Amino acid sequence: MRKVLLGAAAAFALTAGTAAAQGISGDVVKIGVMSDMSSLYADVGGPGSVAAAELAVKDFGGTVAGKRIEIVQADHQNKPDVGSSIVRQWIDSEGVDAVADVPTSSVALAVQQVLKDKGKVFLMSGPASSDLTGKACSPTGVHWTYDTYALAHGTGSALVKQGGDTWYFLTADYAFGHALERDTGDVVKAAGGKVLGAVRHPLNTADFSSFLLQAQASKAKVIGLANAGGDTINSIKQAAEFGIVAGGQRLAGLLVFITDVHSLGLKTANGLVITEAFYWDQNDETRAFAKKFEAVMKKKPSMVQAGVYGAVMHYLKAIDAIKTDDGKAVVDQMKKMPINDFMTKNGKVREDGRVMRDMYLFEVKKPEESKGPWDYYKQLAVIPAEEAFRPLKEGGCPFVKG
Amino acid sequence: MTNGTAKLGTWAGAALLAVAIVLPFVVYPVFVMKALCFALFACAFNLLIGYVGLLSFGHAAYFGIGSYVTAYTVKAWALPPELGILLGTAVAALLGVVFGWLAIRRSGIYFAMVTLALAQMVYFYALQSPWTGGEDGIQAVPRGHLLGIFDLNEPLVMYFFVLGIFLLGFFIIHRTIHSPFGNVLKAIRENEPRAISLGYKTDQYKLLAFVLSAALSGLAGSTKSLVFQLASLTDVYWTMSGEVVLMTLVGGLGTVFGPVVGAFIVITMENYLARYGSWVTVIQGIVFVLCVLAFRRGVVGEIIAFVQRRTVRAPGAATPAHAPGE
Repeated sequence: MRKVLLGAAAAFALTAGTAAAQGISGDVVKIGVMSDMSSLYADVGGPGSVAAAELAVKDFGGTVAGKRIEIVQADHQNKPDVGSSIVRQWIDSEGVDAVADVPTSSVALAVQQVLKDKGKVFLMSGPASSDLTGKACSPTGVHWTYDTYALAHGTGSALVKQGGDTWYFLTADYAFGHALERDTGDVVKAAGGKVLGAVRHPLNTADFSSFLLQAQASKAKVIGLANAGGDTINSIKQAAEFGIVAGGQRLAGLLVFITDVHSLGLKTANGLVITEAFYWDQNDETRAFAKKFEAVMKKKPSMVQAGVYGAVMHYLKAIDAIKTDDGKAVVDQMKKMPINDFMTKNGKVREDGRVMRDMYLFEVKKPEESKGPWDYYKQLAVIPAEEAFRPLKEGGCPFVKG
Repeated sequence: MTNGTAKLGTWAGAALLAVAIVLPFVVYPVFVMKALCFALFACAFNLLIGYVGLLSFGHAAYFGIGSYVTAYTVKAWALPPELGILLGTAVAALLGVVFGWLAIRRSGIYFAMVTLALAQMVYFYALQSPWTGGEDGIQAVPRGHLLGIFDLNEPLVMYFFVLGIFLLGFFIIHRTIHSPFGNVLKAIRENEPRAISLGYKTDQYKLLAFVLSAALSGLAGSTKSLVFQLASLTDVYWTMSGEVVLMTLVGGLGTVFGPVVGAFIVITMENYLARYGSWVTVIQGIVFVLCVLAFRRGVVGEIIAFVQRRTVRAPGAATPAHAPGE
């Protein structure tokens, strides 16, 4: 009897202890959306990401576990120091519980470090680097939408299957470009294709003519663009001028978003092959989301913005399930629950924080195939999650037990 | 320097020091630390443009290399923070010797362009070489323990460490400007041929000022890399060189406190306007236009000019107000 009583008392003390540690801190769930609001990623994420997070909160009902949900926003101006100081301030003096989006890998890596130290949740949609769930992984970080590995591998393997078995790379001459070229090249070779060669161009090149002529002369079926941002835009534009796609070669963009296609126009971008996690015109659910989004932002959502919506929604559901906003506990709960929303079917958050979801290979339509604005893609293939993302063991995430 | 401005300077210095000690208890410490690092950077830059009249458009190179070297040595070699900072400063000074030796042979716009070109070389080096981590930079730099005793992970300990470094740098600059060496520099700024005709080897003076400025910029960068625990391409990119020019201009070119005030203004805008999204750039633009149109001497420059007008008028003397020299 005494033992039972003692046990009961101990159990009571234990639950009382955890109950005190749990609950919603500050009686509000605060989500900070940090993005590039005014520069090169402002279209992909930016104000649209804030709108997506607000939509998610609205659709969730505005409260979670009886407490208010609040969204704050900031512009990191693509500077890691600005990003990391804003996040520190958010957590230390404003009681922010989670940070969402954060495009630009260097900023995301800095923010990941801060959030890891502080035990707060990081819902990444914008950043690309696969290191965020590899060497630089965090128990409270969730990488939601895509990563460089998925884009490179998805595009590489899917195109080889479609007959694009000889490749030539146009590579930005720095670590990011080299990694993209190496990753994609490996996949192409593994899938039975051949890499005929590569040409390196300096960062922020204006004139791609000599590089493109080399690529054209290689007679490779696919020209892989292992570059990003303005370099990709310039190389696609100039490739159109040289008639590379019209001449039968295919251009594969390894880091291109629908907003890039929108600004290039179909006349220039047609024939480009791209891997993305989401396209607004895939099915009724994605169209319904796009309609809601368009009512606010007056344009179609990108995959990054759609990802912010999905990640915030899943985060709120996890809080609702365990009635606490403690960072580690919420992320553990997020990892337990399957993800089913308009863009992800039977997805899950893997141990290292990587969200496993199918990716899609798209080709940009010809101008005559398009029925109107934003009608840009036709789907070529579905890339299953297991093929798209890096296997858990190869990531080198320190807290994942091999 | 007139009596009025000298007195003003002492008072302002004492007041600023008091503010600096109280500030971390009122405002967010990391923000103040960042502002102090940039204030030191701007002061180092000001030493060159304000007192020697050399517009360097490549100071990001020294700031950035200091930040990279410290971040790398502290993280990869596990050096204590004070050694890491010394090493960062030393490498920046060394770079200053090489670049300065090349650049001071030209003046005016050519000098600015040479420094910019050399700085861009450093940028591309940082982008390419493996130890700098390319576009991801060096992340998760440990702050460590100062002299093995003080835990720099405590925000307030870190703050006073940074404040100490800033005051040291500021003191060095202050002593330099008010020494005979500083007077020769000012003579070179006003009239170089005359300084040469008086027998001064102006090239040596210019080079020494350049190296000093580069070393202090490196010191600022090194400290910043410990504050934020990262070094990234932002630190070496040419926009950083532009930012430091703006800080100095807004605060007041060629004034002792101007760059400090300018740095606080620019960093405050960068930090507190961040929540207004794309308005940051617009507001910054308006502030700079206003500054250039309405108070061209910068905030501190205008204050000094105002005090000088008052003190000149008071005894009824008819000597015209000087341009803000010191």
